[in-house]
Parts: sequence; C-alpha cells; structure tokens
Amino acid sequence: MVTAPEPVENDISDIKVDNVGDFTFPERNKFDSGFGITSKTIDYISDVKGDPDWIREFRHKALKVFQDKPMPTHWATKDLENIKFDEFRYYLSDGQKPKRSWDDVPEDVKKTFDRLGIPEQERKFLAGVEAQYDSEAAYSNIKAAVAEQGVIFVNSSEGLKNHPEIFKKWFGKVIPTGDNKFSALNSAVFSGGSFIYVPPGVKVKHPLQAYFRINSEQFGQFERTLIIADEGAEVMYMEGCTAPKFETATLHSAVVELVALKGAKIQYVTVQNWSSNVFNLVTKRGIAHEDAVVKWIDCNIGSRLTMKYPGVIMKGKRARGEVISIALANSGQHQDTGAKMVHAADDTTSNVISKSISIGEGRATYRGLVHIPKHLKGCKNNTECDALLINTNSRTDTYPAISVRGNQHSTQHEASVSQVSADQIFYLMQRGLSEAEAMSLSVNGFINDLAKEFPMEYSVELKRLIDLEMEGSVG
Amino acid sequence: MSLEIKDLHAQIPGREILKGLNLTINPGEVHAIMGPNGSGKSTLSKVLCGHSDYEVTSGEVLLDGQNILDMAVDARSRAGLFLAFQYPHEIPGVSNANFLRASLKARLPKGEDIDAVKFYKQLYSRMDALEMDRSFTSRSVNEGFSGGEKKRNEILQLMMLEPKYAILDETDSGLDIDALKIVSRGVNAMRSENRGFLVITHYQRLLNYIQPDIVHVLKDGRIVKTGGKELSLELEEKGYDWVHEEPLAAAA
Repeated sequence: MVTAPEPVENDISDIKVDNVGDFTFPERNKFDSGFGITSKTIDYISDVKGDPDWIREFRHKALKVFQDKPMPTHWATKDLENIKFDEFRYYLSDGQKPKRSWDDVPEDVKKTFDRLGIPEQERKFLAGVEAQYDSEAAYSNIKAAVAEQGVIFVNSSEGLKNHPEIFKKWFGKVIPTGDNKFSALNSAVFSGGSFIYVPPGVKVKHPLQAYFRINSEQFGQFERTLIIADEGAEVMYMEGCTAPKFETATLHSAVVELVALKGAKIQYVTVQNWSSNVFNLVTKRGIAHEDAVVKWIDCNIGSRLTMKYPGVIMKGKRARGEVISIALANSGQHQDTGAKMVHAADDTTSNVISKSISIGEGRATYRGLVHIPKHLKGCKNNTECDALLINTNSRTDTYPAISVRGNQHSTQHEASVSQVSADQIFYLMQRGLSEAEAMSLSVNGFINDLAKEFPMEYSVELKRLIDLEMEGSVG
Repeated sequence: MSLEIKDLHAQIPGREILKGLNLTINPGEVHAIMGPNGSGKSTLSKVLCGHSDYEVTSGEVLLDGQNILDMAVDARSRAGLFLAFQYPHEIPGVSNANFLRASLKARLPKGEDIDAVKFYKQLYSRMDALEMDRSFTSRSVNEGFSGGEKKRNEILQLMMLEPKYAILDETDSGLDIDALKIVSRGVNAMRSENRGFLVITHYQRLLNYIQPDIVHVLKDGRIVKTGGKELSLELEEKGYDWVHEEPLAAAA
C-alpha cells in the first residue's frame, strides 16, 4: 500500500469572491485509472471499488454499448464531436472511505466544501449531506433522527453492497444502459452519487443534499443516483455542482433514477454552476406510480454544453410529473435542456415550465417531449417555455415534440421570447441601479415565479449566481 | 447650489432637438416648462438623465456645480436627479418593494443594507398619502397598473428616493381629476427649500394643483419666454402661437 502524500496547504483566501467555484487543490490521487476507456479501465475501477461480480459484468456490457452507439449528432449539436474520450481519466480517488464527521475529512477537501458553504448549510437546514470529490464521496452523513426512521442515504457503492435487495431491484430499470450513449458511458464507469431509500409513509422533513465537486483536470465525473420513495413516502433531494476552470475540457455525465411508489412524492432540486469548459451530459428520469408525484426543479448555469432533459414516466393512475427549469447561457455556452413526459396511465398530469436566459452569444435550446398514447383517457399536459434574450446576438431555439393520440386528453403549449429593452434598463438606472444591477433585477424578475419553487436557501444562491453572471455581461 | 443648464445642444442622428437651452433651477423653486408638441420637452428630460438615444453636442449641465453630462445614468440618479417618467416601464417579476429597496440600497456604500423596518414604515406612510393600496408593495413594478396607478407609483418613488432635483415629465397625462389631485398632493408634500422641481406639461391644468414659481415656454429647442405663473394662464387662453410674436428677450 502506498500512503497518500500529506495534503498540501494551499491558501485560497485571496480568491475573488465572484468566482466561488474557481479554485483547485493539487491532486493527491492514490487511484487513477489513467487516460482513455477500455475494458482494462473497467476492471481497474471494479478492482479498486471491490465491485460484486454482477456490477463488474454490468459495467463491461455497458462499455460495449457505449462503444457501439454513435454520437447523437443527427439531432444534437456538433460540439459533441469535440469530446475526446481518450483525453479523460475516468476514475480518481484518494482511496479513503467517506467520513461521517467533517473533522475527519482531509484538510484540502474540507476547505473546498467549507468554501462552497456545505457544512454550514448542513447545520442550518439539511437532513443529510453527501459531498463527492472527483470520483468518490469524501463525506457522507445523515442526521440521526432521519436515520432512525429507516431512511437510507449512502453513496452508490455502499448502496449496492449493503442494500442489494433494494438496489438491484431498481438499478438501471428507469434508465436502461442503452438509453443513450452517455447513459451507457455512465453505466460503465459510474462511481459515487447517492442511494436513497425512504420507507413507506416516512416524510423526510428537511432536504437531503449531495454536492458534486470536480477538482482534477482532464477528468470525467460519473455519479449514479438512485432514489426510491416507498408507498406514501416523501423526500426532497438537492444537488449542487461546481468545477474549477481548467484549460482543458471536463466531462460530467451522471445518471439519476427516481422511483416514486404508490402515493409517494420525490422532489429533485439541482442548482449547478459548472465552469465554462464542462461538457455536462446528464440523463435523469423518474417513474411515478399510482398517485405519486415526481418533480424536477432544475437550474442550469455554466458549462460549455449541457444536455439534460429530466423525464417522468407516469406509470400509475393519477400520477403527476413536473419539470420546472431555469437555464442561463452566457457567451461560449449552450444550454440544451428540456423535459420528457411520458403518460402511461389514465388521468395522469404533467406540467413543464421552462425559462431560459441567453446572454451575449449564449444559446439556450428547449427540447420537450410529451407522449400520450391513444388507449388512455383523461391525461393532461401543460407546457410553457419562455426565453429571455439579453443581447442582440443571443440565441434561443425551441423544439417541442408533442404526440397526443386519442381525444380524451387536454394539452396546452405556450411559448414566448422576450428581450430586456434598453428603455427598461434606462428606467432602472434612472433610479440609481448600475447597469449590471438593472440587468440582474430584470433577469431575476423574469424567473421570479420559478425561483419561488426552489427552497429558500437555494433561491438565494440562485439569485447570487445570476448577479455574478450579469456582472460580467455588461459594460 | 442649483441645477444649471447652459447652452445645451442635443440631437438624435440627423436632427438637432435642443438648440441652446438655458435654465437654472434653484432649490426650493418649482419651474414649469410648457410648450407645443415636438418642442423638445421630453427630450430635455431624457437628455438631463443621460438617455443614450440623444447626443449632447455642446453645453453644460451642472448639478450643484458638478458637470453631470459625463456621468452614467445611474450616477446622475445617485447624485440627486430624479425623473418621473411620462411612460413608466413595466418590470415583470420585480416587486415594487424590492425595486425601491434596491434603488435605496444603491445609494449606500457597498455591502450595507437598508433597515427593513424603517423602510416599510416610510413606504407605507407614503403610500397612504398617495392613497395606494398596500398590495402595491408586492405587485410587479407597473405591471398591469392603470395609467393613473403608474403615475402615482412614479411619485411614490420620488417620495422614497428624496432627490435634490425632480423632473416631472407630463405627469398629468392620462390622469383623471381625482388622481391628478392625489398626485399633486404628493408632489406638493415633497416641495421643500432643499429641492427643486422641473414640471413639464402640455396643459395648464396641472399647474392649478402644483403651483409653479416660474413658467417657461419651450419652442423649437429653446426657451422663448419666461414669466410667473400667470404666464401659464395666458398660454391656456392664447395658445402657443402667440409666443412667436414676443421678442426672444426672456431667454438666458
């Protein structure tokens, strides 16, 4: 065994406050899968993680699917072709187990999460926290009162080892390996992410949170999250993500599966703030059984390219699916986001509200899919997508695909594009606001009705992030 | 101490609108500017506030001795210049209270915030004076407001920001007589020896409620006549064409 080198002290106190996520510590990885992805990479990861055989096999099969599947550039942006899979490392860790106390977390990692405010948030309003640093969780803790209710909140490795009876039943069932090229990639090399199980009737009062931090350059992060809310259970899960700005591209490709059993409710909140060279290609889907609710509240800021279309399969009668999304695309960024709503039972309801903001040469794309088959009745969908353009060279596109068969359903689609006018900014500035403040206020106003859907602490964070984005966009 | 406009020339591309305008407003004074359509009244208000559609080609505007023509729109506001807009803009999703808080906060040193309790106390008392329902605090700025409500909201902002010099651009347009009285009461309550007003209007009616100390007639980008408040009555009676016949002695 090689001992990990002493953590290097690195003073981050002089970092500009307006760039909270943009700092990095030297790597001290004990395990590094090296560049590129082959079956050897898979075995390396499985060895390091001590995977059971069925997972090793699952990974190998997934690698084959990943290698066989073409890039989806027949409909998606050509920028995907710039992803050089041989130039990433697929697994990096310091070989330490996740700690239950922040005091035990290595100093540099602890400083990282301190800087991002995670321990503070945990004390204030969270029921549990998992903090992932590159490939593995550095910290994972659930409050005793929540654990006593039988709630399981661990990382995916622990989940599959310690709770195989629940894990195996649902893992890869909501999003099959072959769903798309990147779900296959994730299935091959996944590491970290959360496994949550909420027993029947348990309503978790405070949110559970995971934070995903990339620290290393030329690296891909592939967390895998599986959340199961048993009958009548309720849980809110929140995730945040950041990465420093490197010279080279970074890949983040997660798979998130949600299962809401009869009468259960899962709310999944994301506030991501990736640096502008991250390819963020994420597959997220939930299944809602009878009378269950799956709600995605999704906020995408930063990244070079984000492709993410949270979906809900409404499998049981009266199930409800919701996607509330905010995307902000600055120059050099493309937010290609949307929602998939698949109605698979009578009297199911789906609601999609999407707002995007394009700044400078930023591009925001909305892709929506609503599917209601002919044999059902009483299904309802409402889709609203609004785009705000800040500059004259900002861009937005909308690709809604609504397939409704049968005549016993109701669907509604509204879309709008608006611009922050020079006169609006003049009006605000005449009251003493700087141009950036005037822009921020206008943009925050535009998303205000959606921001209210976020937990208060996150809507404050959201506002702060928007203020930072707007600061750089004017003048 | 004064708002001093000296030989101000301003244009939009290809057309000069202000052609050497001179005007001095001392604190405590209420000046009215009247004039026919297209004389440059609204242009004057926008040029003073720094609207980017207009280019100042020569002249000076001194706010308490400081030339503000090089200052950005927001800096002029913070220096004490306020414009009650003829057509106030709607700001969807931004509540009136938040807008006012942000405007007041912009006047504080960076990092400082206003006292919320004091703010709301002041806000409510001023809304009461303008007979505005409390629900306006949480409504989006001007969104879905009637014409009269928008104008009242402008005066509310004036009352909250307490500028040194306030320009009222056709505040009476679109107001019924009751709203006109309420708005005028608000403005009159703000009259003080420390504050100067420039009231731009097309009609004499407003000046029955906000009594000016000095009345100017603006025509073709210049002030062509200046007098006491009786001048506005004369204009009402005779129309603007009559001013033509007067010599230009009143300018400067």
